[in-house]
Amino acid sequence: MIEQLLNLLNIEIVKVILAAVIMVAVTLLHVAYLTYAERKIIARMQQRLGPNRVGPRGLLQPFADMLKLIFKEDVIPKAVDKPTFWVAPFISLVCAGAGVALIPIWKNFVLSNINVGLLFILALSGLGSYGILLAGWSSNSRYALLGGLREGAQVISYEIAMSLALLSVVLMAGSFNLGDIVNAQLNSPFKIYLIPQIIGFFVFMISAVAECNRTPFDLPEAEQELVAGYFTEYSGMRFALFYLAEYAGMIVMSALAVTCFLGGWAGPFDIPYIPFFWFFLKFYFILFCYIWIRATLPRYRYDQVMGLGWKILIPLGLANVFLTAIFKLIF
Amino acid sequence: MSIYQGFFIFAFILLALGVILVVVNNLLALRRPYKEKLIAYECGLDPSGDTRIPFRIRFYLIGLLFLVFDVEIVFLYPWAIVFDHLGLFGFIEIFVFMIMLLVAYIYAWSEGALTWE
Repeated sequence: MIEQLLNLLNIEIVKVILAAVIMVAVTLLHVAYLTYAERKIIARMQQRLGPNRVGPRGLLQPFADMLKLIFKEDVIPKAVDKPTFWVAPFISLVCAGAGVALIPIWKNFVLSNINVGLLFILALSGLGSYGILLAGWSSNSRYALLGGLREGAQVISYEIAMSLALLSVVLMAGSFNLGDIVNAQLNSPFKIYLIPQIIGFFVFMISAVAECNRTPFDLPEAEQELVAGYFTEYSGMRFALFYLAEYAGMIVMSALAVTCFLGGWAGPFDIPYIPFFWFFLKFYFILFCYIWIRATLPRYRYDQVMGLGWKILIPLGLANVFLTAIFKLIF
Repeated sequence: MSIYQGFFIFAFILLALGVILVVVNNLLALRRPYKEKLIAYECGLDPSGDTRIPFRIRFYLIGLLFLVFDVEIVFLYPWAIVFDHLGLFGFIEIFVFMIMLLVAYIYAWSEGALTWE
């Protein structure tokens, strides 16, 4: 669809800009409806109704929230470190969301087909912790500082486990290019890497949940003890940007899981006219799992979070890399 | 045309959108600051003392450990790419490297660097 639209225009740069605008719009729409889906699904799991007033079945709820946030006062406390306080939400947003541009949604459609795509996404998720640390430090509030520190330590711990899980994928595919990884999967005996890389997939998914501060690992923003963690002092649109960044991070991680483990755009058979069907089916399933986990599991203690990362996931990831190398050597 | 173009345009649009949203918010929203509103939130009480407090050395330790392991992974990634060309030789080389790292890891564990008490 987008492909045909783009063929009408011949100038390369206009094409790229148009595609980028469409991708940003689609991403933001996904973020908006992800918040809605989360509230609705969790409500259903807890036998409540969830948002159902704004629009039919509450479908306009995300826009109502957005409008409300636009009219909220942007309070900047007196004690904050202004430049860092201003810049932190933008760092967070760009680092969390920009990874979408690298995901091959379809074999003929990827916004930026970089050869080191996987490394780029890892680098972005590592850089994202700067936004959080800066926000926590510059707020000059105890809750924010503690939340920022916890978040920083947690993100870097799980970054290692995640890199190790992705390392075995790179080992199997022999490429950093996300499109090549999908193609390598389709040529492999099992068609997807989920079966040979089952350990890697679980390590990756647990680390992805921890990287996005989702519920079993949401210590940095544990409401009962730290108010809102590193963005306690933020309000209005700046607060919304952090919120946006969190959900955009979820979207990037889910899309990465689909690309690296679940065979990307490929499906058992082709669906006519809807080229993106299989990708989005898997993608929504992973997002649903995020929400499902949130509705199911209680929060970990902080020492348990760090222990899981350092003592279980990292050895598991290393062992998985090792096993993958041995299998690749033999077969 | 560079292949990075699409990525940077995407990131720039995202950033611009963020800036526009904040500017619009600042234009539309009322701004009625007063003294109590502008102090840091501490459950409604006046904040006590300085916020730039010393924090646990363990956070720093985690940072150091992260550095070691991340450098290791950076070293492993190129190896993963050329694994097919290196074959058994590359595997044994990395095996020795990983054994050394494993010793360091077990040492750090036994010293209690990985335990958060």
